[in-house]
Amino acid sequence: MNILQSFGEAIESLNANKMRSALTILGIVIGVAAVIALLGIGSGTQNVITDEINNIGTNLIYVTSGGDADHPDPLTLDDAAVIADPSNAPSVIYVAPTLQGNVEVAVTGESTNTQVIGITPEFYEVQNADVAEGVRINQEMLDSRSTVVLLGADTAENLFGTTTGLVGESVRIQGQPFKVVGILESEGGSAFQNTDDRVLIPLTTAQDRVLRRPNRGQVDLIYVQSSSSDTVPTAIDEASQILRARHRSTLGVDDFDIISTQSFIDAATTITGVFTIFLGGIAGISLLVGGIGIMNIMLVTVVERTKEIGLRKAMGARKRDILTQFLTESALLSLSGGLIGILLGYLLATAIGQIAAASGTPIAPAIDINSILLATLFSAAIGLFFGLYPANRAANLEPVEALRAE
Amino acid sequence: MSEWVVDAKDLTKVYQMGEVQVHALRGLSLKVKPGEVISIMGPSGSGKSTLMNMLGCLDIPTSGEYLLDGENVSEMNDNQLAGIRNRKVGFVFQSFNLLPRSTALTNVELPLRYRARNGKDRRKTALAALEAVGLADRVTHRPNELSGGQQQRVALARAIVNNPSMIMADEPTGNLDTTSGDEIMTLLLNLNKERGATLIIVTHDPEIAEQTERVVQILDGVVVEDGK
Repeated sequence: MNILQSFGEAIESLNANKMRSALTILGIVIGVAAVIALLGIGSGTQNVITDEINNIGTNLIYVTSGGDADHPDPLTLDDAAVIADPSNAPSVIYVAPTLQGNVEVAVTGESTNTQVIGITPEFYEVQNADVAEGVRINQEMLDSRSTVVLLGADTAENLFGTTTGLVGESVRIQGQPFKVVGILESEGGSAFQNTDDRVLIPLTTAQDRVLRRPNRGQVDLIYVQSSSSDTVPTAIDEASQILRARHRSTLGVDDFDIISTQSFIDAATTITGVFTIFLGGIAGISLLVGGIGIMNIMLVTVVERTKEIGLRKAMGARKRDILTQFLTESALLSLSGGLIGILLGYLLATAIGQIAAASGTPIAPAIDINSILLATLFSAAIGLFFGLYPANRAANLEPVEALRAE
Repeated sequence: MSEWVVDAKDLTKVYQMGEVQVHALRGLSLKVKPGEVISIMGPSGSGKSTLMNMLGCLDIPTSGEYLLDGENVSEMNDNQLAGIRNRKVGFVFQSFNLLPRSTALTNVELPLRYRARNGKDRRKTALAALEAVGLADRVTHRPNELSGGQQQRVALARAIVNNPSMIMADEPTGNLDTTSGDEIMTLLLNLNKERGATLIIVTHDPEIAEQTERVVQILDGVVVEDGK
């Protein structure tokens, strides 16, 4: 008997018990749907995270004080200046030292707590930030320690209820009057941070008036931008060498931390990857349960059709023929369950994507051809595996005994 | 063609039923000529069914030798037995044993499915067999759309479709009313005449046995009477 015939017979026999077939494949349908949906959403989430980090720039390096030292030296403006010198660190193109903190920003009748960052002009380069109206904070303002401020779009909205026509207005930061010289371009919300809710002031002004630190020239966070994403590791090395030399840190113990956006991407990929595998594994268990369901029903089928098996054997069916017949049936069962599951999983993932988009976190579920192929093959394999035992039982029935069955 | 279709010498069959050994056949010998029509009779427990299983190559004897059409069946393995059943034996059962969801044509095709043959050829052969039993107009009917007599005729067509050396009929009229039973008997005997296939009917109905050339009586696993 060839494969095509057994296929036809299998369809015929599954068709004869529609309700039972449908219920049997339900486990596989749910399992495959869950796997497909979860994998799709998992890689969708991963894409979103990677994209957002890519938007920040993959050649950005963050330097903070800390490390493994017990008493880390603070980072200073001088540290930044040395890293910025191309003869010391040729892979570095921009260095932006900053002071950062949360303070109260107020106008008459309104106040809000927001992040204030003391910046130098390099900040615009490393953060891809610019003003929507007004002017940037320039070197002149730094030199004169001007009490000027750039408002983030959301901060402006919170304080004034608008984002336009605010240049020349005055706000109070920790009670001190600052003149609004510009409004930052809105960058849109992001899953990690809201770069629209912050205010920028000159670094020198921050040192003197808003974010006072114990040491003269101390800064909190230095943004370092390498010439390209490929030179990130070199730039990290160069900056580390400089800081080690300048801080005279004990051998092997750095008193600073250097991380790159690339390491965020790696970490995020690892986390979402582990998460996806974990969820996929749980969904996989329902595939296992579905497979056992198929085995159960196939065993029942073999008992029910003992006489038919006897007849087929009397007509000249060999063990192999009977084995093929029942394996085809169980494989077809779970394969059709798998295909329905793929479709259902796709719909489910799309629906979840829609819900996520509606609630403000766009996740485009990414179901690639690989997971579809994998699910198809896997469900067929489950049918074959769990069908093996019942089919073997059928094939090994004695023709005389089987014919006698009622 | 060999001299005997069935040449069984000294067949024994012992079943182990728990602690007890049951001797179903005790040195039974039987020879059947090609084209012969015989009936095998005997009360229940006489070893009649065991003999039928043996002759139909569904089972092999514990000892003794059985040649079917010159081939030594007694030493065949499962696959070889399946092969010889497929080529040389046509079965007719008391309860028809048709596949309930398949059409008459598919049912008749069944033995041909278990041998290499292309589909068109198979269909032609099956149609010819259905025509031979007078069911040419019922090929697409399923068993539940056919009367008992018609179902048994489909089974007859299935039994002759592989052009067997021997047709093995086990109480072929047992589930039929008298009229249909007579029809089936007539058809069986005609098929035997037209095709020359040996016909072995297992029955306990003397009226059926009456219609055959030779009656073999079995008791306690041996032949006790052979002839009319």
